[in-house]
Amino acid sequence: MMRRLLAILLENEAGALSRVVGLFAQRNYNIDSLTVAPTEDPTLSRLTLLTEGDDKKIEQVTKHLNRLIEVVKVIDLTDGAHLERELMLIKVRTEGGGHREEIYRTCRIFRGTVVDVAPDSYTVQITGPTEKLLAFMRAIGETSILEVVRTGVSGIGRGDKIFEL
Amino acid sequence: MTEMLSGGEMLIRALQDEGVEQIFGYPGGAALHIYDAIFKQQRVEHILVRHEQAATHMADGYARATGRPGVVLVTSGPGATNAITGVATAYMDSIPMIVISAQVPHDVIGTDAFQETDMIGISRPIVKHSFIVKKAEDIPGIVKQAFYIATTGRPGPIVIDVPKDTTDPNEQFAYEYPDTVSLRSYKPALKGHFGQIRKATIAMLQARRPVIYSGGGVVQGGADEELVKVARLTGFPITNTLMGLGAFPGDDPQFLGMLGMHGTYEANCAMHHADLILAVGARFDDRVTNNPEKFCPDATIIHIDIDPASISKVIAADIPIVGPAKPVLQGMVEALEAELPNHPIDSASLNAWWRRIERWREQHGLNHDQRERRSESGELLPQQVIQAVYRETEGDAYVTSDVGQHQMFAAQYYKFQRGRQWINSGGLGTMGFGLPAAMGVQLARPDATVVCITGEGSFMMNMQELSTCMQYALPIKIVNLNNQALGMVKQWQDMQYGGRYSHSTYRDALPEFDQLIRSFGHHSFSASSIDELDTVVAETFSPALKNKLVFINAYVDPDEHVYPMFIRGGSLEDMVLSKGNS
Repeated sequence: MMRRLLAILLENEAGALSRVVGLFAQRNYNIDSLTVAPTEDPTLSRLTLLTEGDDKKIEQVTKHLNRLIEVVKVIDLTDGAHLERELMLIKVRTEGGGHREEIYRTCRIFRGTVVDVAPDSYTVQITGPTEKLLAFMRAIGETSILEVVRTGVSGIGRGDKIFEL
Repeated sequence: MTEMLSGGEMLIRALQDEGVEQIFGYPGGAALHIYDAIFKQQRVEHILVRHEQAATHMADGYARATGRPGVVLVTSGPGATNAITGVATAYMDSIPMIVISAQVPHDVIGTDAFQETDMIGISRPIVKHSFIVKKAEDIPGIVKQAFYIATTGRPGPIVIDVPKDTTDPNEQFAYEYPDTVSLRSYKPALKGHFGQIRKATIAMLQARRPVIYSGGGVVQGGADEELVKVARLTGFPITNTLMGLGAFPGDDPQFLGMLGMHGTYEANCAMHHADLILAVGARFDDRVTNNPEKFCPDATIIHIDIDPASISKVIAADIPIVGPAKPVLQGMVEALEAELPNHPIDSASLNAWWRRIERWREQHGLNHDQRERRSESGELLPQQVIQAVYRETEGDAYVTSDVGQHQMFAAQYYKFQRGRQWINSGGLGTMGFGLPAAMGVQLARPDATVVCITGEGSFMMNMQELSTCMQYALPIKIVNLNNQALGMVKQWQDMQYGGRYSHSTYRDALPEFDQLIRSFGHHSFSASSIDELDTVVAETFSPALKNKLVFINAYVDPDEHVYPMFIRGGSLEDMVLSKGNS
């Protein structure tokens, strides 16, 4: 099974997103993560959808997505060079001795930003590919992590090529 | 000057502008403004059903017989949910249908109001598309889009959910029906790729053991004529799916009969041993392929389908062609006519192939004279009933069916002559479909003979519609193969569950059908021997009863099985041919 990142342009209409999500449930496909927001053209939303499957399965997923009336365009970003970013907000325990400084140092190594400070915790914002986020969590250590919220992956193709209508 | 109309009036007016003549429905609170708009006009006739499920099957039968979309109108809540089975039935068989469901007013949506249900949510997986009316002014545009989407590309059902406030008779708007639709995200293929058609044609001319396998896409796409031309030009054997029957004449020697789970021995063997399969408007359903791993091991597969998602979904296509059956087959006829003078068909190979097929046909083909057969119990055989109806109607009736053994017997023994003549729920397999579907056909084709072949199990799922038949004087002929059991379930229990009939019989609890039918004001006959059958069938289709609904209650052998039948998990040639003989 291969990890696949699909980019989808969708009519920005009520109910359109539920058709996309419903399709994955109906056809027994997985959604590992999903991000969605309007584009520079307010009539269009762009989704980045992380799933997994072999070529045959992804071909079917793509065809079925294209069958939805409100889906305007679909591409598999993992077919070519592309960028992936995800944002994580993570609340970390900072009790006792040098622990607070150590967390802060780790945060800087990962180019994270402390966005909120409390007596016994930091809230850190960190962006990057999923791997980087996971690495940061490993570096902090399970026992220090209080709460994690991640946006899911957003993706864009590299170079001059543009995914548009 | 533009007319000023309320939302409810615009809805009905838009149906008129789409050329809709009949709609099938049932009123209720949220739909009453719309019903008042219906009352005030003459052009759209409303047929009042007894249950909303029947309304959808009627619209479905109407659509299958005519090719025009069937239109349904139901109220919110239970009206909408009752329609769901019919929407799913139409979706599985790609039937164009417009379902207008009334909805509670916008200001109470989401409050669990009386008769509120999320119709858009419930129907989402079983519609081609759906709309909710946000404001009355949008109604003409939505109706236009709905008809366009339902009838183009791969057809399918569309739901339009109409909150009551958008049909308020006190608010009027300038009505204008749009001439065209443009949707940037919906561009169905209008023709096939020329290069692919040519490539397919060349492969066909090189084939030694070819088979044409055509399905519902040829019927829905009105491509019967083009299919026959391709078959005649090539001389290839041809088989149809359950949904594709009629597209090629059933009594033609080039026709191998239906393929699949209960297909003929010769059709299934020919498919299995073929070196080339021309699949047209068929989707390699599991009831056709048996085990996909063992499906047609030597064949090059050409797959013509209007829906790219059908291609290579189950079986990988070697030469895919996306497009409607009609123009693609027409392109193929032209390509064949151009190529044939230079690359004639290898007639020696084709003749040898036909000899093999004829041997299969002789060995285990269907017995087309079942009259001489006698069941062990001496009871009437279901096949004999179908053959009697076939003879009496001269193969020319519209035939609808329900789901089960009777459906398979009808598909096997009624030789259909043209597309749209055979109407059944193939994909979803909806019991209760047959009678209302026949009603839709009869309303669309008032002068035609319309036969509903059913079983007592299926019939009892929508028999309330006998009352609707009386109201609208629908002279349907209902042929009930009464085996006093859920025959197909019982057959599987015989074959796979050691004859343990878990909840498949109700012998002592059945109604007296003759009395039941008569209580609705119709005619009814019973038959339990072949002589009785002959008399009853002749009388049923006689001019004296032409304008009457007639029900034939034929008591048939409860132990008869449908054969051939696939052996589960096997290839196409792995079939049980009769009890204990595989």
